[in-house]
Amino acid sequence: MSILKTFKLGGIHPKEGKLSANSPIKVFPLPKTVYIPVSQHIGAPATVLVAKGETVKTGQLIAKGEGFISANIHSSITGKVAKIDEIVDSSGYPKKVIVIDRANEEIWCDNIINSDPNTTKEFTPEEVKQKIREAGIVGLGGATFPSHVKMSVPEGKTAEYLIINAVECEPYLTSDHRLMLEKGDEILKGISIMMKTLNTKKTLIGIENNKKDAIEHLQKLSKNYSGVEVISLKVQYPQGGEKQLIDALIKKEVPSGKLPIEVGCVVQNVGTAFAVYEALYKNKPLIERVVTVTGDSVKEPSNFLVRIGTPIESLIEAVGGLPETVAKVVNGGPMMGKALSNLSAPVTKGTSGILLIDKKEASRKIPKNCIRCARCTMVCPMGLAPYLLENLTNRKLFESSEKEGIMDCIECGSCSYTCPANRALLDMIRVGKSEVNTIRSKRVKK
Amino acid sequence: MGQSQLIISHSPHIKGKDSIESIMYGVVIAMLPALMASAWFYGIGALKVVIFSVIFSVIFEFLIQKYLLKIEPTVKDGSAIVTGILLGFNLPSSLPIWMIGVGALVAIGIAKLSFGGLGKNPFNPALVGRVFLLVSFPVEMTSWPRPLDTRTMLSIPDALTGATPLGLIKEGVAKGEPIAEIMKNAPSHLDALFGAIGGSVGEVSALALIVGGLYLLYKKIITWHIPISFLGTIAIFSGVFWLIQPEKYVDPLYHLLTGGILLGAFFMATDMVTSPMSKLGMLFFGAGAGLITILIRLFGAYPEGVSFAILIMNAIVPLINIAFKPKRFGEVKNG
Amino acid sequence: MDTIIVASLVSLGGIGFFAAILLFGAAKKFKVEEDPKIDEVNEALPAANCGGCGYAGCRNFAEGIVKKNSLDGFFCPVGGNTLMKQIAEIMGLTAQEKEPMVAVVRCSGSFKNSPAKNQFDGVSSCKSAHMLYAGPGGCPNGCLGLGDCVISCPFDAIKISSETGLPIVDEEKCTACNNCVVACPRSIIELRNKGKKNKRVFVSCINKEKGAVAKKNCSAACIGCGKCVKECPFDAIVLENNLAYIDFEKCKLCKKCVLVCPTGAILAVNFPEPKKVESIDKKELVESKREKIETPNPTQKNMKNSEDNSKESNSEKSENPSQNGALKKSDENNSTKKELSMEER
Repeated sequence: MSILKTFKLGGIHPKEGKLSANSPIKVFPLPKTVYIPVSQHIGAPATVLVAKGETVKTGQLIAKGEGFISANIHSSITGKVAKIDEIVDSSGYPKKVIVIDRANEEIWCDNIINSDPNTTKEFTPEEVKQKIREAGIVGLGGATFPSHVKMSVPEGKTAEYLIINAVECEPYLTSDHRLMLEKGDEILKGISIMMKTLNTKKTLIGIENNKKDAIEHLQKLSKNYSGVEVISLKVQYPQGGEKQLIDALIKKEVPSGKLPIEVGCVVQNVGTAFAVYEALYKNKPLIERVVTVTGDSVKEPSNFLVRIGTPIESLIEAVGGLPETVAKVVNGGPMMGKALSNLSAPVTKGTSGILLIDKKEASRKIPKNCIRCARCTMVCPMGLAPYLLENLTNRKLFESSEKEGIMDCIECGSCSYTCPANRALLDMIRVGKSEVNTIRSKRVKK
Repeated sequence: MGQSQLIISHSPHIKGKDSIESIMYGVVIAMLPALMASAWFYGIGALKVVIFSVIFSVIFEFLIQKYLLKIEPTVKDGSAIVTGILLGFNLPSSLPIWMIGVGALVAIGIAKLSFGGLGKNPFNPALVGRVFLLVSFPVEMTSWPRPLDTRTMLSIPDALTGATPLGLIKEGVAKGEPIAEIMKNAPSHLDALFGAIGGSVGEVSALALIVGGLYLLYKKIITWHIPISFLGTIAIFSGVFWLIQPEKYVDPLYHLLTGGILLGAFFMATDMVTSPMSKLGMLFFGAGAGLITILIRLFGAYPEGVSFAILIMNAIVPLINIAFKPKRFGEVKNG
Repeated sequence: MDTIIVASLVSLGGIGFFAAILLFGAAKKFKVEEDPKIDEVNEALPAANCGGCGYAGCRNFAEGIVKKNSLDGFFCPVGGNTLMKQIAEIMGLTAQEKEPMVAVVRCSGSFKNSPAKNQFDGVSSCKSAHMLYAGPGGCPNGCLGLGDCVISCPFDAIKISSETGLPIVDEEKCTACNNCVVACPRSIIELRNKGKKNKRVFVSCINKEKGAVAKKNCSAACIGCGKCVKECPFDAIVLENNLAYIDFEKCKLCKKCVLVCPTGAILAVNFPEPKKVESIDKKELVESKREKIETPNPTQKNMKNSEDNSKESNSEKSENPSQNGALKKSDENNSTKKELSMEER
């Protein structure tokens, strides 16, 4: 057996818990009301285009992303705009949402093709970028960075590789896994569109070895597409981090503070590839996504195709309700997901899973003295010294922590996960990062 | 929304299995083979030393934390037990019990708790305790019961004491005898491997220590960096001297098998609290300790130098941590 | 034996003598000339090194004054006006008087007013929690109660109350050094005029959400109704983004705004007991009287008194016929709760 590729620094292997890997994607019934946040992406919030009382069709543009780094928002159902309200979403803060009450009959926007198109239309790069932007596609791995920005290679740089992130290194989540098994062909079509747009000859699809069926499936399909290679990777968290994935696949380090294009790579999530396909061949904007609803005490861990804006509580309802033993609900995976303070928060473009965590795992253990075991430095995928960064933050020495590379931290949580003294290393590093950010912005002002 | 309050916290929401307890009790398990070997060769005396050392350490930690520092005692985390066993391992099996108490008090009270408890002590507590005893009671600390004689006896006869192999060599070399002569009286390599030699409770059986060390490596409680660089440096340096003057210096394998080197390499130099935080730093730490050990053994006044070597290296760990930072991902040079 | 003693005496003495010469020479050669005034000013300063003046410690502050030879922009909040006068004498300058200030916590989101919806688990750091979510009560501007201000205070003047979960400022100890103001990630704490006899009226809320939203999370939130603005005879209150703010420079402490506030978001502290108490039940009256007798001077138990007063103002309010019934009820609840806790003490 050959040694599987992986990234070189650090990494951990938490229990995988991919409970829903074998449950096919089910179409989730349309909710009665959707709450569509206007800010589901990194960048400026979209500007609301509709008013209270207006009727909207499925797929209609309801908020426009202005400025380059922003994204369009579309109505995910047909109905009437009930109000423009604020609701506590997964960020933990009240955010502006467009509330739409569903009408009985679903009417799709005219140009959306809702059947299998089966065409092999060709598109110019400009057309593709325009359509991706119009469709409001963002990185579906969770970071929700607007995709059209990534697709625009800056002047003087070339994209040698298109890297498809199908790692899904977060325990429990299976949405990408199921998508690859069920929509493999569509994903590959999306990839070939992106390849043409970026003018790259080579695409690498990185998949962790715990999804053997998906690897085989895509390998079989990719024979029809030139330049697409599926690479099986060793199971190691956080391989889904952009920089780690590039390192694992092509053994290149993205320099600190730089973007992947610096080493000739564009990284897109596998879900994004599917969304690109839908946007181009079907004119379908990003109004639905696959969401895994799982947890150790969930009766039926499932994968749903959910309309954006569906309240998370209705997803939990669909898997048998909130079990008694559950004490924490996480939007995303257990390593990087955000704990929800409000279950009526809606599914957004970045929601890859809903994880219900049992009481016994939900609370943290009591932190003790650091025993300087150096495990945190061993597992840090960025080669940082988390114990030191925590210490410097506690002592308010933010400038030195900046020198120690605190801003390189990708917040993967490996250090907190592994700390035998139960120290909340990442919590403090986050505080330090925000302080360094303030210091930096002050410096810029000067 | 449910009636019960949801817990909210930062990610990550899951936690690995490692804990201070699992690490400490793992170390305790790894030390059992050496303890058993010692009990086999030294009888009850060895067990007695270790057990009393553990009891004293735990009691002192409890009392000091509860009544002097007025904090919740951390006896349960097992670190005092580890310190106790290590201290016991570093003492001759004939040591009077009250001296063990003094050693434990110094180890726990001065070397560990006065710095702020587990995790904050710059020096390995057990070694501080041992060195304190060694300089305070040199006679008692260097009279080693002869192994096989005492095996069947339940009490420890004071008369039956011998020297450690290293002591024999040091003495012989000082008298000007050639190594070959000395080695005739000293235990063989095989004796040293199994443990039929004089020495501290824990250091006699090289085999048992290696077994324990491999267990620690297997359990990922320690990494290979410190033991390998420590042992490697010793092998290389003693080897160089041996090749130059085989009649004056003993061969490297004998160095490795005798004295506290294996105990030090696997259990004391690897003490997480007092060792460096990066892999490169660990290699440097091990090599430095190895070098100092050999220098003391060959040229110093003491026949054995592991304790001093490790303590000296402990002292410069903060500097090592600054000098050897882990390699950062995508680090940009000069800017 | 003797030779050893002599030898060691001579050699040690010699070393000592040599070192003394060396030190003497070094002290002469490397002496740094410094304005003696720096030392003088430094001596006068409280040596708390709190940074409240904006300088890195007291010595730095003294150096600044002496270097500039002016007191413009220099003020030591700890020493206050008396100290500045003293420094002015040393420097031969005149000091500008400043009103004494005190830190004021502008949040009423106690456990009672803003019940917890979530259970926070993590480092006890407001900054960390602030990054995570709006807070246990759901108010995005409310106090998180994890004590960043407590840690930041160099004078031990601020504590988190275990009853309300809110910080309490000890007015005697507070020097208005500004540290807690900076430490609070939500800028809840403000330095305000200490006021005559420590009397102050302020809006104890900084929530800028719409009234209904704010009210949902906290029964004592400012809902931006504007009643206080209309009521104020001195134009001291401005309403901006659904939030009232009382300008302490203009406020004449008439307490009219306190009476009209429908949610009790405006607090008046350190006012004497109202003379006529009508519709409060006897027990409460007795209770508050006892409280008064026990602490005749407001210094020791200032905070308790201020709580007391706020309660009093609440009760006063409930007499107001313009009150709506539901609110009255909740206010009464409030005072009874405080009542109970007082008994426990």
